[in-house]
Amino acid sequence: MTRPLFVGVGNSYRSDDGVGPWLAQALAKAGRGAQVHGGDGTGLIDLFGQHSDLVILDATLSGRPAGTLTRIDAMDGPVPAELFHYSTHRFGVAEAIETARALGMLPERLVLYGIEGASFAAGCDLSDPVARAAQDLLETLMTRPAD
Amino acid sequence: MTSRILQVDALARVEGEGALYVKLDGERIEKLEFRIFEPPRFFEALLAGRDAHEAPDITSRICGICPIAYIMSASHAVEAAQGIEVTQEIRDLRRMLYCGEWIQSHVLHAAMLHAPDFLNLHDAMAIAQVEPDLVRTALRLKKLGNSLMEVIGGRAVHPVNTRIGGFYKAPDASAIAALIPELEWGVQAAREVALGFAKFTFPEDEGDYVFVSLTHPDLYPITEGRIMSSAGLDIDITEFPDHFFETHVARSNALHGHMKDGTPYLVGPLARYANNYDRLSEGCKETAEAAGLGRVVSNPFQSILVRMIEVQYAIEDALRLARAYQPFQPSFSDAPLREGQGHGATEAPRGICYHHYSVGADGRIRTAQIVPPTSQNQPQIEVDLTRVVQKFMHLDDDALRWRCEQTIRNYDPCISCATHFLKLTVERD
Repeated sequence: MTRPLFVGVGNSYRSDDGVGPWLAQALAKAGRGAQVHGGDGTGLIDLFGQHSDLVILDATLSGRPAGTLTRIDAMDGPVPAELFHYSTHRFGVAEAIETARALGMLPERLVLYGIEGASFAAGCDLSDPVARAAQDLLETLMTRPAD
Repeated sequence: MTSRILQVDALARVEGEGALYVKLDGERIEKLEFRIFEPPRFFEALLAGRDAHEAPDITSRICGICPIAYIMSASHAVEAAQGIEVTQEIRDLRRMLYCGEWIQSHVLHAAMLHAPDFLNLHDAMAIAQVEPDLVRTALRLKKLGNSLMEVIGGRAVHPVNTRIGGFYKAPDASAIAALIPELEWGVQAAREVALGFAKFTFPEDEGDYVFVSLTHPDLYPITEGRIMSSAGLDIDITEFPDHFFETHVARSNALHGHMKDGTPYLVGPLARYANNYDRLSEGCKETAEAAGLGRVVSNPFQSILVRMIEVQYAIEDALRLARAYQPFQPSFSDAPLREGQGHGATEAPRGICYHHYSVGADGRIRTAQIVPPTSQNQPQIEVDLTRVVQKFMHLDDDALRWRCEQTIRNYDPCISCATHFLKLTVERD
């Protein structure tokens, strides 16, 4: 089984939106293949062409309790755009994945983990529930690297 | 008399948070407001007291799509304040970097966000199903723009290799040379996308615009030049505050830009094109002619075509510069600290991005002023919306709302920049 590339999506300067980058940086520090993705979603499609196994880590904004974890296997069907609000010029994670799906450019494996954010205001700190959920997810990803 | 209210609470396919409210009393527009509620970010206040050398990196954070515009305008302004002269090699490499930003920004908007409007598609995802080859080409073009930014700027978003006076390191010749084959492919690819878009059916519309842009005697303006208008203005960039001003309106967190006499004006691709057609390459003029464009384009819905002409131009120009590139040393110019003030104005993909800094003898910023393109265009967007609502009032609410959203997307507005976004409400009495 291949080891996945973890891709943390979000803005570290917008509080809980930084949970994806926080996870990617922690995974990279532990020696896992991980990187932070900034900018619009089209760059993710480039990554799909370069890696067969990807795990995308992002914040969600759906109105559920802060820290709620969502796991979506992108190979199972369309990714709900309303969950992943990160975008630049409104072309974000879901748009990138569905565009790649239409073009036959999805990797062999693509899993998304979303952690529900509480605050997306300017700031570098994760809220307590998001920090706890991120720590739990980090431990899960470390023990089940090829989830 | 029937009253109608059209409301868009959150504009799609633009950057930032905005809304549109239109109230109609029969055939009379009672109220039309393009509201920007993206929170203000107070960058100018944040800059006060910071080292002037930090201005480019701090202001680049205003936007993830056009960081180069902020880096360049800030660099030029601080360099002017500090008396730093940069070499031709640095100016050329800056222009090549800026071409990368034009390519990736214009292609993202034109192909992924604007083109769906002309294919009756409601989101960027659907276009890949309807026009897969177009999207593949667009993604490859966008990647080309990102590659220029990565090779020269160190990374595609918020580059790290730029600094006051130039660059931390001039890229290796081999890294620039490696871009040439893709740039050679890109020229024809951009032309084909432009000609593909030219087959769209465009709503009939014509704006009465005062086009304002930079202008340069030899080159299509990107990084430098004087400021000109189609109404006869021709000024040095240092005179910008004497001819243009911003006002605050209660409904918007973005300032509204006007000319001194209070009239709105247009910056961006249509303005650059109209004011600088003669400086386009022969290849770009041929593409424009084949796309059915004249020397002046006043139909804002055709801005998608002008953007692709500019993509072709940016690729051609980056190719010219890449072929001539030789690494240089030193990679930046410097000068002793001094008290002063400086202006910088460059052509962001959406239009003129103006910066002014007053710097103390200790090298720290005393005051900063940043005028982004979307602030300047905001009054003109409302003029366009008024004209479009008046002309297409016979449409039902959904169709009229859609037409209004299209009108705003014609501008590729970057509301995040302007606040340093859209709800549409249409009310009919």
